[in-house]
Amino acid sequence: MMDILRFATAGSVDDGKSTLIGRLLYDTKTVFQDQIDAVEKVSHDRGDDYVDLALLTDGLRAEREQGITIDVAYRYFATPNRKFIIADTPGHIQYTRNMVTGASTADLALVLVDARKGLVEQSRRHAFLASLLQVPHLVLVVNKMDLVDYSQEVYENIREEFTQFAAKLRVPDLTVMPVSALKGDNVVTRSANMPWYEGPSLLHHLENVHVASDRNLIDVRFPVQYVIRPQSDEWHDYRGYAGQVLGGILKKGDEVIVLPSGYTSKILSVETADGEVDEAYAPMSVTVRLEDEIDVSRGDMICRPNNQPTVAQDIDAMICWMDESAPMRVGAKYSIKHTTRTARTIVKGLQYRLDVNTLHRDEEANELTLNEIGRVRLRTTVPLMADDYSRNRNTGGFVLVDEGTNRTVAAGMITEAS
Amino acid sequence: MNSPAHDYQLSQLDLLEAEAIFIMREVVAEFERPVLLFSGGKDSIVMLKLAEKAFYPARIPFAVMHVDTGHNFDEVLALRDERVAELKVQLIVASVQEAIDSGQVVEPPDGTRNRIQTPVLLDALEKHRFTAIFGGARRDEDKARAKERIFSFRDEFGQWDPKNQRPELWNLYNGRIHTGESIRVFPLSNWTELDIWHYIKREEIELPSIYYAHEREVFDRDGMLFAVHEKKQPKPGEEVFTEMVRYRTVGDASLTAAVRSEADTVDLVIDEVASTRVTERGATRGDDKFSEAAMEDRKREGYF
Ligand SMILES: Nc1nc2c(ncn2[C@@H]2O[C@H](COP(=O)(O)OP(=O)(O)OP(=O)(O)O)[C@@H](O)[C@H]2O)c(=O)[nH]1
Ligand SMILES: [Mg+2]
Repeated sequence: MMDILRFATAGSVDDGKSTLIGRLLYDTKTVFQDQIDAVEKVSHDRGDDYVDLALLTDGLRAEREQGITIDVAYRYFATPNRKFIIADTPGHIQYTRNMVTGASTADLALVLVDARKGLVEQSRRHAFLASLLQVPHLVLVVNKMDLVDYSQEVYENIREEFTQFAAKLRVPDLTVMPVSALKGDNVVTRSANMPWYEGPSLLHHLENVHVASDRNLIDVRFPVQYVIRPQSDEWHDYRGYAGQVLGGILKKGDEVIVLPSGYTSKILSVETADGEVDEAYAPMSVTVRLEDEIDVSRGDMICRPNNQPTVAQDIDAMICWMDESAPMRVGAKYSIKHTTRTARTIVKGLQYRLDVNTLHRDEEANELTLNEIGRVRLRTTVPLMADDYSRNRNTGGFVLVDEGTNRTVAAGMITEAS
Repeated sequence: MNSPAHDYQLSQLDLLEAEAIFIMREVVAEFERPVLLFSGGKDSIVMLKLAEKAFYPARIPFAVMHVDTGHNFDEVLALRDERVAELKVQLIVASVQEAIDSGQVVEPPDGTRNRIQTPVLLDALEKHRFTAIFGGARRDEDKARAKERIFSFRDEFGQWDPKNQRPELWNLYNGRIHTGESIRVFPLSNWTELDIWHYIKREEIELPSIYYAHEREVFDRDGMLFAVHEKKQPKPGEEVFTEMVRYRTVGDASLTAAVRSEADTVDLVIDEVASTRVTERGATRGDDKFSEAAMEDRKREGYF
């Protein structure tokens, strides 16, 4: 069966992320001829020496004018084994929030480094963000090897430095590879220019990395999204709780508890429009019906009595601040969106701000400005059904929204709830 | 979906379906006045199918709106009316012809109505005070669409600002807006043309017959095959001939071209789409050939 791998690019500006994606699409012959023609024409009109493959993803007018990526581009391609959803993200620090957008749903992140420059602050920031978002698989792509004479020494030094940095992060699976996005070395096929490199090509790695085991099949988590109550004679007494399974396996007959109320019942059926299903698991969208008439509404969570999330109003979390118009300050109030529940929250404290370069914790800090990361304590108006983000990305992640501007101002990852 | 001893993996179609249904339910739970834009094309037909599934056994809890350019294929309108009746949803037609007649918009000299759809759309959205608008756009269609969020914020003029999009993390969609603003929602964002066709096959979805190969009188203009239509006549010197063709996209009949094809069944269309070397818009849309950033510009103005 064909599965899907979602991956995102990351790394500093101009390290070759978009070029790499362009090369991958081009060399797998998954770009359409009219798109190639269009890109060739633009490159030719600009007087480029070669076709700028980055134009395959840099689709906005401003991006083409400035030669940088501003927002995520989503691209799709498939090989006989897998469908790929690519998020090509910007390296420019100003657009870090767009990188975070692309990486939040990724199974794998490609962190690019320019072989001439080695690790720079932005490579560390992005690697750190990928680990904070707990993207399960990380690939350090040492790019532009053509500009360093395909030197093994250059590659090994960068690999060594990054491995040391990554040891301080939570990176479950790290792979390192030398490539030239421009020339195609080690992108789709292994390169004769680097005989000293014994690993797979990038494409081979993407096709074979094992992602099935990254899902949580243990902790049943079913946030109620919408209550289906048909206003028709035929379905008069029907009451179904629609939602997407975020963890575990739900079956007919299972004993369940509804949080935060604590009422218990049994699953009468798990249904879709195509009929009953034997089992529901992440990320299926289903409708659950219960044996008892109890009060259940949007924002409630259905789980198993012996395996519950923490029902809490005090939340400790890592926050990535994404708003340029105002910093996050202690005492400020925001709207918080977590699973299908929306509440209000106040920032009770900022434990520390993190320096992404050194990973030093500044405990004196009293605000977070654009792109800064810190650990905060929040108090919410109503309880959230929270898991540690490390246990479940979907029940451990939340966003903060400014109640005045309606902008999404922060991404949060729960570290502890009480 | 009744494979016995499995490894709890969903197929790619099931993943895409689950995501689209989740998005639709989010919108209905959070917005007072959603509406679904329905053109009668394959993507909007698939979107309507997903809406049917998302709220089953209840009825689809929102209206369907067609921005009618007046340049339609008859088969498309017939299927539109059939589906709407079957699903018992309300159909709102926003007519470009009426807007021209009342002087609200001016028909361009070349007779194409793509660009003047936008003010008609925006006007209808405002009149009905719709706050969330489902569109069937897919990111694989165009390089500007590839950049757009699933929940795409539009200001009080309906405009998209590509340099200032809201971050969108995990499956948490921010639908907060002020009065007059709106969100365009794209449940099919992550589907490709091929996914759409696999889904049409799996779900046995009926499409307007013009999506399948048939004989038609056409003429060649700028390398594209246009049907001879009341609103699209050959110029002197453009020879009319009969060809086996089908449509890959269905839009304004004066702008949408047909492609040569022998694919007269779903399976044959899937084979054709899987091996094609040209994007669907590249092959069939006169409107996107004007400039490098045609779609981006139209979206900035408030287009779908
Ligand atoms: N010589 C050489 N040049 C490269 C290579 N990869 C990319 N480049 C060049 O580096 C420049 C920047 O490439 P992009 O792909 O736009 O970089 P990016 O990482 O996507 O940049 P942002 O998205 O703006 O962060 C372009 O001029 C590319 O042609 C490579 O492997 N070798
Ligand atoms: Mg780029």
